[in-house]
Amino acid sequence: MSSTLQYRRAKDKVFLCVVCILSSLTMIPLFLILWELLKKGYKQINLSLFTEVAPSSMDAMLARISNEPIPGGILNGLSGTILMLAMAIVMSIPVGILSGIYLAEHKDSKFSSVVRSLTDLLQGVPSIVVGVVVYAWVVRPMHSYSAFAGSVSLAIMMLPMIIRSTEESMKMVPGTLKEAGLALGASYSTIILRILLPAAFGGLFTGSLLAICRVMGETAPLLLTALGASAVNLNVTEPTSAIPLLIWEFYNDPNLANLVWTTSLLLLVFVLVINIIAKNIAKKWKIQ
Amino acid sequence: MENTINTQVRANSEPQPSGNSELLLQLKDVSVSYSPEKKAVLNVSADIYSNTVTAIMGPSGCGKSTLLRAINRMHELYPNIKTEGEILLKGENVLDMNPMKVRRMAGMVFQRPNPFPTMSIYDNVLAGYSLNNIKLNKQEKDEIVETTLRGVALWDEVKDSMTKKGSFLSGGQQQRLCIARALALKPELLLMDEPTSALDPISTNRIEELILDLKQQYTIVIVTHNMSQAARISDNSMFMYLGELVEYDSTKKMFTKPKEKRTEDYLTGAFG
Repeated sequence: MSSTLQYRRAKDKVFLCVVCILSSLTMIPLFLILWELLKKGYKQINLSLFTEVAPSSMDAMLARISNEPIPGGILNGLSGTILMLAMAIVMSIPVGILSGIYLAEHKDSKFSSVVRSLTDLLQGVPSIVVGVVVYAWVVRPMHSYSAFAGSVSLAIMMLPMIIRSTEESMKMVPGTLKEAGLALGASYSTIILRILLPAAFGGLFTGSLLAICRVMGETAPLLLTALGASAVNLNVTEPTSAIPLLIWEFYNDPNLANLVWTTSLLLLVFVLVINIIAKNIAKKWKIQ
Repeated sequence: MENTINTQVRANSEPQPSGNSELLLQLKDVSVSYSPEKKAVLNVSADIYSNTVTAIMGPSGCGKSTLLRAINRMHELYPNIKTEGEILLKGENVLDMNPMKVRRMAGMVFQRPNPFPTMSIYDNVLAGYSLNNIKLNKQEKDEIVETTLRGVALWDEVKDSMTKKGSFLSGGQQQRLCIARALALKPELLLMDEPTSALDPISTNRIEELILDLKQQYTIVIVTHNMSQAARISDNSMFMYLGELVEYDSTKKMFTKPKEKRTEDYLTGAFG
């Protein structure tokens, strides 16, 4: 009898060890990536990174020969990313949140289940395909690569995540709140806007932030839509750069290759910070 | 034939108004069905007078909550539920009225306390006004909040934490806040759907005292699982079984001399 117990305890311990080891293994890649980026990129971190545009190949070559840090920064990419993300947010968040509310409020209708499955499929569409389609829809008719086209492709990629996170967080709101609002004589739209949406706000906000994180590093669709630019561009109809596009450009130019690490580090830090903020908000706004 | 006689007896035995109370709510042949085959409430007729507490009792699934929720048309949240008959509130059929007006006239308190989690205690009391876009100035708001919270004996406990969220309170306090939220709109009728079933005995006791107190100003219809609660707080009682109103009489009479065998069986614990 007691030997079975001992055997069970031993088995339990072994299992726990294995699980712990395996889960710590999953943390290794992130730390390796961060370490690698820091090691290779720290030399280029300075203020001009945020205040100057990407250097020309010639300037970078001269700096390399005289063994100085490469001049210039990534301001054109940073501004382009912010511009395109802002436009993508304006396009996708209202549509995404409204569709999410519809899906949560009409769980069982035929139309909802169609929308739900299509949303899942949209999430699975490869980003390069989204880029090609937006190229055909926006870039060709406008006869120019543009920040607008880039933001359309980002908005399409954000939509499914926003829709599903809205739906999930609306479903988490207890039905008794809806009844309470109804019993006070409030109209349906008032209940949605003033009771259910605020109660689900934490989830909506987190979902939107995570969607932003997700598309922040998208490169393929931007290559076909925003193209890139060597100067800061805030005109939405002109080609525009973005941080991931700059990484791609730096990678393709041996003189600029050193900047790849710093730029990647920066992009990763942005994504991680937004992620952490999103997680904290989710915790803080959790419905009791 | 027997049924007809029973109905007649029941109608005669309905509680009569006492003192200056008047007829407030009339149920006439009210039936509620979840689907054409499944009726949850069957031809219920009853008169309810103002400033009384009426308890609706019965075993689980007898339709007591369904009947209560028909009064303020809560069933409209679910399109397949159909309500038939007439429900006259102050002589007007609620089924023909604007549902939002009905719900402002008949406040409701639910089984589980459900204060709005994103609103402060203060805003929760005023939710009925803000959600109906009724504009009030600061002084009116303060006055309504204070008198209503005093009315539910919560003022002294929360007057220093008005800006805290409703979920900050204990379960019993939350339920009193929900009663305050319903009363702030000054309804004609207060519907309570097992308001103490999620509360501890002390909180239950306070809510019961509150109900007796509120009777001076309001008319209360309360669904309860708990027979002794019905005996303690109600003037009149309805006993429902399988969707039917078996007996409706003054609580005293029903608990001492029930007319129906089924009521007696239920009250003595033979089933339910």
